[in-house]
Amino acid sequence: MTENEIVYHGELVKPRTLYRRGLTFILPGLLWIAFFLALPCLSLGVVSFAQRNDYGGIDWTFTFDNMKRLIGFDLFGWSADNLVILGRSVMVAAISTFLCIALSYPLAFFLASRPARNKGLWMALLLVPFWTNLVIRTYAWLIVLAPQFPPARFAAYFEMVDPGTALYPSMIAVYIGMVASFLPFVALPLYTAVEKLDWSLVEASFDLRAGFWRTFRYAVWPQTKSAVALGITLTLVPAMGMFVVPDMLGGAKYMLIGNLIQEQFGTSRDWPFGAALSLALMVITLATLLFFNSKARANKEVRS
Amino acid sequence: MKHTHPLINLTAVLLFMVLYIPLLCVVLFSFNASRLGMQWGGFTLHWYVDLFHDGMVLRAAMNTMILAVSSTLISTVVGTVLAVGLQTAPWGKKARRFFEPLINLPVVTPDIIFAVALVIAFGVIRSLTGLFELGMPTMIVGHVTFQIAFVTLAVRNRLESIGNEYSEAAFDLYASFGYSFRTVILPLLLPGILAGAMLAFTLSLDDFIISFFTAGPKSMTLPIFIYASVHRGVTPEIHALSTLVMVFTILVVVLLRRSEKHNEQTEAKS
Repeated sequence: MTENEIVYHGELVKPRTLYRRGLTFILPGLLWIAFFLALPCLSLGVVSFAQRNDYGGIDWTFTFDNMKRLIGFDLFGWSADNLVILGRSVMVAAISTFLCIALSYPLAFFLASRPARNKGLWMALLLVPFWTNLVIRTYAWLIVLAPQFPPARFAAYFEMVDPGTALYPSMIAVYIGMVASFLPFVALPLYTAVEKLDWSLVEASFDLRAGFWRTFRYAVWPQTKSAVALGITLTLVPAMGMFVVPDMLGGAKYMLIGNLIQEQFGTSRDWPFGAALSLALMVITLATLLFFNSKARANKEVRS
Repeated sequence: MKHTHPLINLTAVLLFMVLYIPLLCVVLFSFNASRLGMQWGGFTLHWYVDLFHDGMVLRAAMNTMILAVSSTLISTVVGTVLAVGLQTAPWGKKARRFFEPLINLPVVTPDIIFAVALVIAFGVIRSLTGLFELGMPTMIVGHVTFQIAFVTLAVRNRLESIGNEYSEAAFDLYASFGYSFRTVILPLLLPGILAGAMLAFTLSLDDFIISFFTAGPKSMTLPIFIYASVHRGVTPEIHALSTLVMVFTILVVVLLRRSEKHNEQTEAKS
């Protein structure tokens, strides 16, 4: 069978050659991702129904034990511990994301209003923490929140903590660490949106005597909400699984699901339960994202 | 003219301070002569000198570089070839719907889930074949997997901006595919490949979670070393080490921005 040659981007070639060549080019990359990412993720699902053997390995007997344990049933009856950790993870991630959005607006407007000649410098200032290693950025707070420094003294002065104690480990420290980690993730997309903002709408709104909030609600928000949506995705997904920040700044009392997962691969060495937890994390993250997306869509429908 | 309320500016400047004060504290205390506590004991470079005599630190630095360089090399080759393959064949909609999500998977999978999945997969393979003992090779595999997506993205962008005219001209002059690829496409593509490689390199330096899970007992990297040390207590050596890591990362990022800007300029010219 002879195949007709075609001209594709100036090349006289048989389609079959074209496809064969394309396939040889993309196969190494696709196979790599399939083999080292897609398959391992699928194996999580399988392993989460297995059991831990006495040596910390995997015992391939089918069981629902990990799922039961996830919602709190174990040898000693029911306890809310795991569910509390799951709930807390969602809450911390959601509140951190919200704080990042709220704080990114002033940042984005500030950056967008800088004169062109030093805008690059301010952008670089925002990017440097973004590129600094997470471990360094997080442990740096251990210095700032130490008892000798103003934040802890200030808190002690108002009798919020005992004098001479550090502000970590605490929930506040976890929030500070989370917001400081993820702020650039929201601020950068938001800045791009604010830069393209149609300012005539803002001016018109002020000219018509709309206050600050009304102007924000009807002139700024509709133009920036897609950037906020991107920021939510960029923040919420890593925030859900975060374990460095709660580990360093929160301690055992403020454990999140990320720490629980890490424990299964460290001290506890219970891979099947770790796999089940990861699966739960994945499901919760997707559910939260879908929730935000459906809300955004509902908003859109109401407006149109 | 757009102008912002002074309160907005004040909040923004305060936020910048919140982002920078911790990092500046780390730098400041890396020069602190007093070892214990947070008092200022005078200026010293002692801790930096110490670092260069600490075998563990040097080995961790070495591991970090080996990991970053080798994973960047592999992912740059695989990612570039992947991008070229995607862009130069007339893939139909159905084919695209199959492999686009696969390529984007590393970008959207949360780090910790990816890390855990890899550890389990390596564990299963190890129990079957004895291969894939956790260590440098498994870390490289982990890093390459998330780097490929970013390299492919950078190279595809560049391919799109080059357009088809150059290769069409080459074929019109009877160049074979290999010849036109080597002498026309590849040189034009080089800035994009370089940008992708630098991005991959920074991502590897920056990563903690995937290294932390897939590392073996002998393949500690600098972020893992810092993490482990902080758990034993913060010392001026760690501040000094962190300062050096920060300075190095900033240098790489500045280089990356430069090459991006250079790309834009050459594009504007052509």
